[in-house]
Amino acid sequence: MDLFIPALLTIITAATPLLFAALGEMVTEKSGVLNLGVEGMMVMGAIVGFVAEYYSGSATMAIVASILAGAAMAAIFALLVLEFHASQVPTGLALTIFGIGLSALVGQSMIGIAYEGLPKISIPVLSSIPVIGPLLFQQDFLVYLSIVMVAAIHYFLNKTRAGLILRAVGDSHDAAHAMGYSVVKIRFMAILFGGAMAGLSGAYLSLAYSPMWIEQMTAGRGWIALALVVFACWRTLRVLLGAYLFGGISILQLHAQALGIGIPSQVMSMLPYLATIFVLVIISRDVSKIKLNAPASLGRAFHPSR
Amino acid sequence: MWPRLVKRQIPSRLMVYLSPVFALLLSLLAGVVLFIIMRVSPLAALHAFFIEPLSSIYGLAELGVKATPLILIGVALSLGFKAGVWNIGAEGQLTIGGLCGGMVALYFYDQEGFYIIPLMLLAGVLGGIVWAAIVAFLRVRFNANEILTSLMLSYVAGLLLNVLMHGPLRDPDGFNFPESRQFSDSALLPTLFDGTRLHIGFLIALLVVALGWIILSKTLMGYQIKVAGSAPAAAEHAGFSTSKIVWTTLLLGGGIAGLAGTIEVAGPIGQLLPNISPGYGFTAIIVAYVGRLHPLGALFAGLLLALTYLGGETAQIQLNLPVAVTGVFQGLLLFFLLASDVLIHYRIRFGKPELAVEKS
Repeated sequence: MDLFIPALLTIITAATPLLFAALGEMVTEKSGVLNLGVEGMMVMGAIVGFVAEYYSGSATMAIVASILAGAAMAAIFALLVLEFHASQVPTGLALTIFGIGLSALVGQSMIGIAYEGLPKISIPVLSSIPVIGPLLFQQDFLVYLSIVMVAAIHYFLNKTRAGLILRAVGDSHDAAHAMGYSVVKIRFMAILFGGAMAGLSGAYLSLAYSPMWIEQMTAGRGWIALALVVFACWRTLRVLLGAYLFGGISILQLHAQALGIGIPSQVMSMLPYLATIFVLVIISRDVSKIKLNAPASLGRAFHPSR
Repeated sequence: MWPRLVKRQIPSRLMVYLSPVFALLLSLLAGVVLFIIMRVSPLAALHAFFIEPLSSIYGLAELGVKATPLILIGVALSLGFKAGVWNIGAEGQLTIGGLCGGMVALYFYDQEGFYIIPLMLLAGVLGGIVWAAIVAFLRVRFNANEILTSLMLSYVAGLLLNVLMHGPLRDPDGFNFPESRQFSDSALLPTLFDGTRLHIGFLIALLVVALGWIILSKTLMGYQIKVAGSAPAAAEHAGFSTSKIVWTTLLLGGGIAGLAGTIEVAGPIGQLLPNISPGYGFTAIIVAYVGRLHPLGALFAGLLLALTYLGGETAQIQLNLPVAVTGVFQGLLLFFLLASDVLIHYRIRFGKPELAVEKS
């Protein structure tokens, strides 16, 4: 029991950044755009949030700054892909390379500065439930927000007209265009949303998960988030499941040492990456399943012909 | 009136070659803005970045040293990207290649012999091939996206090198630092000019450029690569095997990246370290694009991107600028290139559309 509770707590903290980023990317992909720059947007969210916290002393300001940083990065991507007709794959890669470089530049004076972490919010009544109460209902704001976002995005995509239009644009941009929807505008919004969510994910990393700045602290989480979207077959609730599953895998390294398992920490650190490959293989080998679930226009450039 | 983009009937060949020039000029302009924000004299910074390294023999030799892995991997990625095979895990293949080549060097650490370097290079190539073969197998057999698998394997490769450097490959007399023994002289690449670090790896890179060019323009595989990338439907109709193209480009990429890794440890580094590359495998992606996915282009682009590394170091020493500027500059270069590439397929027009035909 005394190992179980901290384990569950760390699963939540490890899963939350993945959840934000994967949810955002899923919405972007639902609109038919593959943004491989998640890692770059996330790392910019992390450093900008941290810098904003440092200078303003306000956690709210920090989170807002992270959202804006992620969205600003996404705006560069959107501009290149939608207005300059650049291919999505190299543009996403460029975003990641640029984000890693720029965050290192911005963050050079932030190395070694510590932050006490986002304040925890207890939910009245629920947090007084024995054992699981303090566990589940005494988290920081972002953890709650990530769960709220799952519900909100699930509702938006499946129950609202706007969500339907977004999916239509992703499944057939030509048909959506013919019906009079502005493909470019809708995709722009979806890309910005994905960037904002990646920014939030970065904020969680530098303000809550390990409240400090380390260069490239995202450590591939942006890429894992991309894989999670495939794993989830572009379904919101499965993204939640996948994020917590990966949260569980990535905390094994923390707890293996506590259990006295004599495996080098680097080998345990490989686990999330190996697990990502494993689930990709499991999901992707069924080609028809991917074809059925992936947005049909995903990754394809849109040129209005009339 | 806002400028509009009008699609060209035929893609502009001229713009294919002009676009990298535009991108470079725009990046320099953005660099000036960046330096002004950082309160550094733009002239001094640009001088340190782009002039200073080229104004001595030693600097030119260092440019060759840094360009070697970039050119090698850039050529390999060009072929893959041309075919639409997105191997972005060259960094991992380089790491494994360097590890394998380095292990051969350490095995022969107390011996001399002409056979050591060829064995190292062979081990490096094989190591890179094995690492890339995992990606190719998962893609061909299980349809797993090679972008994600190759990238994940890069992280795994980095950790693998790290764990070995903290364990069995650590120098027994090295006070527990995670560094291997120094390689023996027989395991170090000969230098081309006395007093510089430019080694024969640079000649190997030039050879690979030539080989890449021949593969692309003279072989059936090269033709299949070009068709698969530019007209996938035509390639399928012609009966070109996608699996074969995936396997070929990935193994080629892995082998060359592995070779680059061994050249790094046997050239400028001279031992195994937990980190043997400042991101050459990722920067080579930019090299491939700036080089227009052509081996000869990769040669020039490799030299240009090597200059950003070298200039970054000079600017750090002279002006105390953070090395991270290099990464920002590289990212900007690729952004501006992708933006400039719009001119290949579109022309800019001002005013209202004159003819309906023009819009299509």
